[in-house]
Amino acid sequence: MSHADLTILEAGAKLRAGELTSVQLVEDVLERAALTEAELHCYLHIDHGGARATAVAADRELRDGFDRGPLHGIPVAVKDNFCTRGIPTTCSSQILAGYRPPYDATAVARLRDAGAVLVGKTNLDEFAMGSSTENSAFGPSRNPWDPERVPGGSSGGSAAAVAVGSALGGFGSDTGGSIRQPASLTGVVGVKPTYGLVSRYGLVAFASSLDQIGPLARTVGDAVVLLSAVAGHDPSDATSYRGEVPDFGSELTLGVEGVRIGIVREFSGEGYEPAVAAAVADMVARLEEEGAKATELSLPTMALSLSAYYLIAPAECSANLARFDGVRYGLRVEGETVEEMMGRTRAEGFGPEVTRRILLGTYALSAGYYDAFYGQAQKVRTLVLEDFARAYSQVDVLVTPTSPTTAFRLGAKTQDPLSMYLSDVCTIPSNLAGHPAVSVPVGLDDSGLPIGFQVMAPALGEATMFRVAAEVERLAGFTSRPGLVAA
Amino acid sequence: MPIDIDIAHVARLARLALDSDELERYRTQLGVILEHAARVQEIDTAGVEPTSHPLGFTNAFRSDEVAPSLDRDEVLAAAPDARDGYFVVPPALDQR
Amino acid sequence: MSWESVIGIETHVELSTQSKMFCGCAVGFGAEPNTSVCPVCLGLPGALPVPNERAIESIALIGLALNCEVARNSVFHRKNYFYADLPKNYQISQYDLPVCKDGWLEIEANGERRRVRIERAHMEEDTGKSIHTGEGGRIHTAGSTLLDFNRSGVPLVEVVSRPDLPDARTARAYAQQLRDLVGELGVSDARMEEGSIRFDANVSVRPEGQDALGTKVEIKNMNSFRSLEAAIDFEIARQIGVIEAGGELIQETRHWDEEAGVTQGMRTKEGSSDYRYFAEPDLVPLAIGPEQVAALRTSLPETPSQRHDRYVGMGLSSQAASVMSASEPAMRRLFEGAVEARAPAAAAASWVSGEVTALLRRTERSLESSGISSEGLAALVAMVDSGQVSSSAAKEVLAAMQPGDQDPQALAERLDLLQISDSSALAAQVAEVVAANADARERYRAGETKVLGFLVGQVMKATGGKADPAVVSRLLVEQLS
Repeated sequence: MSHADLTILEAGAKLRAGELTSVQLVEDVLERAALTEAELHCYLHIDHGGARATAVAADRELRDGFDRGPLHGIPVAVKDNFCTRGIPTTCSSQILAGYRPPYDATAVARLRDAGAVLVGKTNLDEFAMGSSTENSAFGPSRNPWDPERVPGGSSGGSAAAVAVGSALGGFGSDTGGSIRQPASLTGVVGVKPTYGLVSRYGLVAFASSLDQIGPLARTVGDAVVLLSAVAGHDPSDATSYRGEVPDFGSELTLGVEGVRIGIVREFSGEGYEPAVAAAVADMVARLEEEGAKATELSLPTMALSLSAYYLIAPAECSANLARFDGVRYGLRVEGETVEEMMGRTRAEGFGPEVTRRILLGTYALSAGYYDAFYGQAQKVRTLVLEDFARAYSQVDVLVTPTSPTTAFRLGAKTQDPLSMYLSDVCTIPSNLAGHPAVSVPVGLDDSGLPIGFQVMAPALGEATMFRVAAEVERLAGFTSRPGLVAA
Repeated sequence: MPIDIDIAHVARLARLALDSDELERYRTQLGVILEHAARVQEIDTAGVEPTSHPLGFTNAFRSDEVAPSLDRDEVLAAAPDARDGYFVVPPALDQR
Repeated sequence: MSWESVIGIETHVELSTQSKMFCGCAVGFGAEPNTSVCPVCLGLPGALPVPNERAIESIALIGLALNCEVARNSVFHRKNYFYADLPKNYQISQYDLPVCKDGWLEIEANGERRRVRIERAHMEEDTGKSIHTGEGGRIHTAGSTLLDFNRSGVPLVEVVSRPDLPDARTARAYAQQLRDLVGELGVSDARMEEGSIRFDANVSVRPEGQDALGTKVEIKNMNSFRSLEAAIDFEIARQIGVIEAGGELIQETRHWDEEAGVTQGMRTKEGSSDYRYFAEPDLVPLAIGPEQVAALRTSLPETPSQRHDRYVGMGLSSQAASVMSASEPAMRRLFEGAVEARAPAAAAASWVSGEVTALLRRTERSLESSGISSEGLAALVAMVDSGQVSSSAAKEVLAAMQPGDQDPQALAERLDLLQISDSSALAAQVAEVVAANADARERYRAGETKVLGFLVGQVMKATGGKADPAVVSRLLVEQLS
């Protein structure tokens, strides 16, 4: 067996027992990438030299008795919208082709401090806008369970890399489900933490009030380790949470006896694949058998979340992406005047989905439409928060499918933006509320594609969320590996 | 409710030099998306305060201390055009 | 028809913080281009702003000094527009929830006091600097634009007055007194020539007696108080001219052309301005609580009108108090120090506003380098009062003061300027003059008293001008009788 198939906790134990070196581990991971990249295209850039050098240093430190903690010597992948000093950071966009930032994102700096080995930068939908990783200017990523299908998105590259073993852990960003949905479609664990728990400094912004960095991992335990390494106050991010970081793993082994679980009625019915609905219902039944108390709840504004999201996120994105103008970095398409230069640079540099959202957001904020669209969406956001507050007065966590469907075929939704947007219907509400949520794989459908189960919790409710997720993981016993590496 | 979109105006505000075919395609797509998004107007929000941010706290400051700036050569190396320590762009419309 | 003009002023005050508004780059004047820049103020991907606490305190202080309400809940907004020297292509500014609103500034203008209402004062960040170059170096033939982002992100406070100013002189007085106030608060260098305080004027005219405001024109690019006044005067005349010629005014922004002495319309920018303001999601709201407001209030300096009243209480006439309270801080400290050192207020004020000011201007020296101190001035005033020196001699003593050598008594002695007021010392000289001018003596005795002046002059001449003329006069009258 290749060490690329170890979990982070397993690999860490071997490293400390002297049964494995970080160098061997990294070589196995790079070899796995070499075998799978041509088909899957998880990475936009693999930093072979940097990864090997870090592994050598990590081994030396461990030999010298300097242990940086559970990520010491562990190869991880980060989405290519995290700034990495001197390493290409493109957000899968032509407008940033070849761009090398002069600084590290806070999350990247913390991973380095934690001793993690940065394997490379993973593919994404351009500027994290999309649910399939097909909107990458550098070509789509593919699903290791079936390369004819998408890995989900926008963090599809990180999800597929973790699923296939070209990294032991990965990081993505989640604005409307961009970590959880690809985790669901590739059979890994994906976490969107409470807004503000992980610094956004150096994460290229899509929608600032919704974006949150989080981990992708093969197990809940690994996800906790990855999240713990990057969470915590950062003075460079004014929206960073200032309180004590919760001990995410403190309840992992408690089981679900007495835990109150809410099933959201609105996340079922039309558009939900029967296999997905059945897997979720089955898991709820098994949690009840373990002593959880399940209640069906109605959160009526959930139905409006998607509409509100597709006004708020584009509005923020229209401003966040204004800085890509050909003046200080990135692509420039020449013009007679600076206005012409900017207009051409942006028209050529952005792909269709990004252009669409910029136009949408500009419209929603423009004079005469603000109140009816953006302003109204912000009020709906308030109602979503109130709905959640009511629900959490009755239950500890809410559970739903992560995505209404399993992985779809490449090209199936590219011509119909709205149908693509609908694949985020279950994940968006947590972003609007700033709440944490996790997707845990619970089984395969008839085509052998993974199904994800989402556990949502109130702000800073990660410990309880992981408690339930760990039990879901144990009950599901999901040990299948994608066809590509199962042999 | 049919949604009226002056797509050329929106593209100008967003500094996107799109040709007329592209504009027309985006106008149609935006119409479909906005029709869905307009569902936010179906709910009564009288007396509801807007939420622009999920966080409840205020006053995140830094103290007035100078931190190191970036190296100019590194900054300008990323620029499409630079000269004598400056970024260089074509003249503005009102400067011609 | 007679017309009246209505003017409002928008003031941009660059705060003199150490670091920029949202990042740690140094705020400095005249650094090499693009050396005080970082991911935040260059708008690099992924960078986030964090507000400078001192800048927030500074705007609150400005607001309190302008009698504004300091908001308990204030929000930053993004103002979206594309411009090459605006790195993010949005400016972090404020919209409907500024830090300060609804205040007033009491000013002295044209000899009367007037209250100018302040609509708001909000916090924002400055842009970078564009330098347009070309073959001729002329804007109109510009070949390219050079961009320097050192100024990008410098904290700016924008103070917006209500349209309460009736004419250019009053507008100028408002601008100057606002500048003085801001300088006094210590929150800005407030130097117009360096651009650390900038004034734009909104000017409209309407038939006298009409309530509705006329079409508003914004004028920019005035770099001195003189040009501010001139630009407004020109613009008022231009607007009246347009209307009287049957034309129609358009709401626009015009630039003051200093050389030509005219305002000029800018070519209308492509697309109309629609700034699409929305709450800045990278920042959380500001909440300045009552305790903080109270604490800031204690550090507020006196306003010019409060000072005027205090000076009247010290014994100055209202007019002298006006002049003194509008003087530079250093001059006011000199005056107040002299009064503390027991100089009569009226005399001290008259010296400070008169001879001291004239002397510094003549010699192009600052007060610090002149050696004139409050104690020295008080002692000199006392010497004039007691007749030890004449007032003309006192001016010479003043001019001779140097740092470390400012005791007027010693200076007067060294310069031999002390008056002889001792009767016994003068009696002999008076007797000599009387004896030598028998003819004048007889005429005086015959009732021709005006010869007394001639005789005083003779004594002064004999004493080399050092005799106290009052004493000489008294002695002469005694001896002639």
